[in-house]
Amino acid sequence: MVEQKLRVTLITGRTIEQGVGKEMGKGSPEYFDSAAVCFLDPVDIKRLGLKSGANVKVTSPYGSVIVKAKRYTRGTMSGMVFMPCGLWANSVCGSNTDSIGMPTFRGFTVEVEPAPDMPVLTLDELLKQEFGK
Amino acid sequence: MTKVFNSVVCTICGCLCDDLEVTVENNEIVKMKNGCAVCEAKMVHGYKSEERILKPHVRKDGKLVPVTMDEAIHKAAQILTDAKYPLLFGWTSSASETQHVGVELAEELGSALDNCCSVCHGPSVMATQEIGIPTATLGQIRHRADLIVYWACNPWSSHPRHVERYTAFTDGRFEKSEFKDYVQKLKAKSGQKKVAAAIRRTRVRYQPPPRPQTALVEAPPQTLAKDGRRMVVFDVMKTMTAEVADYFVQVEPNRDYEIFGALRCLVNDQELDVDTVGGVPVDYLKEIADVMVNAEFGAIFFGLGLTQSVGRFRNVELAIALTRDLNRKTKFVVSPMRGHFNVTGANTVFAWQTGYPFALDFSQGYPQYNPGEFTAIDLLRRGDNDATLVISADPGAHFPKGAMQNMVKHPLITINPDWNAISRLGDVVFPTQWCGIEQGGTAYRMDSVAITLKKVVEAPKGVPSDEEIVKRILEEVKVIKANKAEKEDTGKQVLQETAAPKKRGSKTLKKEL
Ligand code: SF4
Repeated sequence: MVEQKLRVTLITGRTIEQGVGKEMGKGSPEYFDSAAVCFLDPVDIKRLGLKSGANVKVTSPYGSVIVKAKRYTRGTMSGMVFMPCGLWANSVCGSNTDSIGMPTFRGFTVEVEPAPDMPVLTLDELLKQEFGK
Repeated sequence: MTKVFNSVVCTICGCLCDDLEVTVENNEIVKMKNGCAVCEAKMVHGYKSEERILKPHVRKDGKLVPVTMDEAIHKAAQILTDAKYPLLFGWTSSASETQHVGVELAEELGSALDNCCSVCHGPSVMATQEIGIPTATLGQIRHRADLIVYWACNPWSSHPRHVERYTAFTDGRFEKSEFKDYVQKLKAKSGQKKVAAAIRRTRVRYQPPPRPQTALVEAPPQTLAKDGRRMVVFDVMKTMTAEVADYFVQVEPNRDYEIFGALRCLVNDQELDVDTVGGVPVDYLKEIADVMVNAEFGAIFFGLGLTQSVGRFRNVELAIALTRDLNRKTKFVVSPMRGHFNVTGANTVFAWQTGYPFALDFSQGYPQYNPGEFTAIDLLRRGDNDATLVISADPGAHFPKGAMQNMVKHPLITINPDWNAISRLGDVVFPTQWCGIEQGGTAYRMDSVAITLKKVVEAPKGVPSDEEIVKRILEEVKVIKANKAEKEDTGKQVLQETAAPKKRGSKTLKKEL
């Protein structure tokens, strides 16, 4: 049965593609393609009735962002969503540090839902939207 | 003219690979050998891309416009001296020489001073301060380690040559590379896939094995019984590093602390009366504990999966405590996988200059240290600072939104070579040289070994090093402060002079009365 929304645990981290993208330049298409994405277990993608590459909205208590959903095929990660480090992932991360300086970057619950009509914003568009500059 | 440079150092991640061969033609890098894909992206393409900043810019009427270097320096110094409590953040992709001047600037301003360590391995530094760290250089590990454990990190993506240069896939003096073994494994795997494809082609209905939904570990660790170097990966998901490893343990998110605790019990010959810990069956943990105790030289590398998950520095503390326990039975070392190429240098320089590695405050005239209070994210979250200088870092792309929204409310000065997210948000934007390409210096590898960086090409005209920019801002700050003090002094004198006759006047008045 197709579900409207999934509650999953967010993990952020590095991917080699994001590493290459950031070195090519933050405004480069390589960076956009590698960082404005989230990886889901194929089972979860199916549960949302999505195809790999479809737009999804990731929402946390700290904010929400539109990214492209991708299938994670290396192993099972049902109940989790992985986002490469970057501006898109940080739109849903929290600034609470548990009093030691380290923000809430991973291990918290987010909601993922299909967003077929909403565009994935580019770096400049997202900076404008979030920070007005 | 073509020139080939050998033993060039890659200035991206904490591995600081110093074996690159770089070919330069007409002051431009055209070829690079030995580096990883990320290194190639920067050294051959990224450093000379259109994203490069070539002139200082100042934001006027909401738009960034090019200005002279003198104007930008004066504007930056004015912002920093006008602010009540500025924050100086970044420093980890700069040479240690620049970091050293940064401490002086913070002291002169009475500002907060923090480096990127606070959002990566700050908790590891705190854990080390709590219980120390039994560690070794990467050279030692390369030559001797027969068991490598990667915990909550994925070097294949974040430190692409770590496995190849320092651990499982390198030929050490006493331990051999496991690369051939891995290639054979790959061949066997692709053979299996070919058989499966052939079965499908002959229309025999092929049933793939059912996907495990809850079993987080694939099988008991028989793969660890082999001779030679062995590699174990603990992580919340199966990464490329996990695919390469001899054994992969998938743990539930935020449960590393418990698994360390369980392993400590098992290493210390205690019994556990549960079946699974953090999603891992205790039987498997028992076998891993055995392998650890029977290793001749084990090394644990841990990443941000520990420092950013629930438990933060307590997770790292237990990783170190496990290593300490293992040292009663065999030889074991533990090491953080430091990210930016000179983040270890930032900690080292700040510590020998002030006594503290990060999260510093100079508002009282002397250095104070308190993570949670003077760390960049906490200052920004509370809205404590009223101006920010960011150097060789990109919090625009790597800080949570809430912290960044507070940062851009106040004037922002940036010093970076390219138009990354933070430069795009800056109010005063400086161009600077690429450290390790256009500028030499010193950097500290993740194991605290100091390495001298090489300069291979000349920087574009008019683009100074970040050390020079920080020095010039410091000089300008001193001049502005001196002028301010002089004005205040003259102001006081005028006040005294104007106040004095009144006094005399009142005395005369008294006498007259
Ligand atoms: S592993 Fe790190 S230091 Fe080595 S070449 Fe790759 S990015 Fe550079």
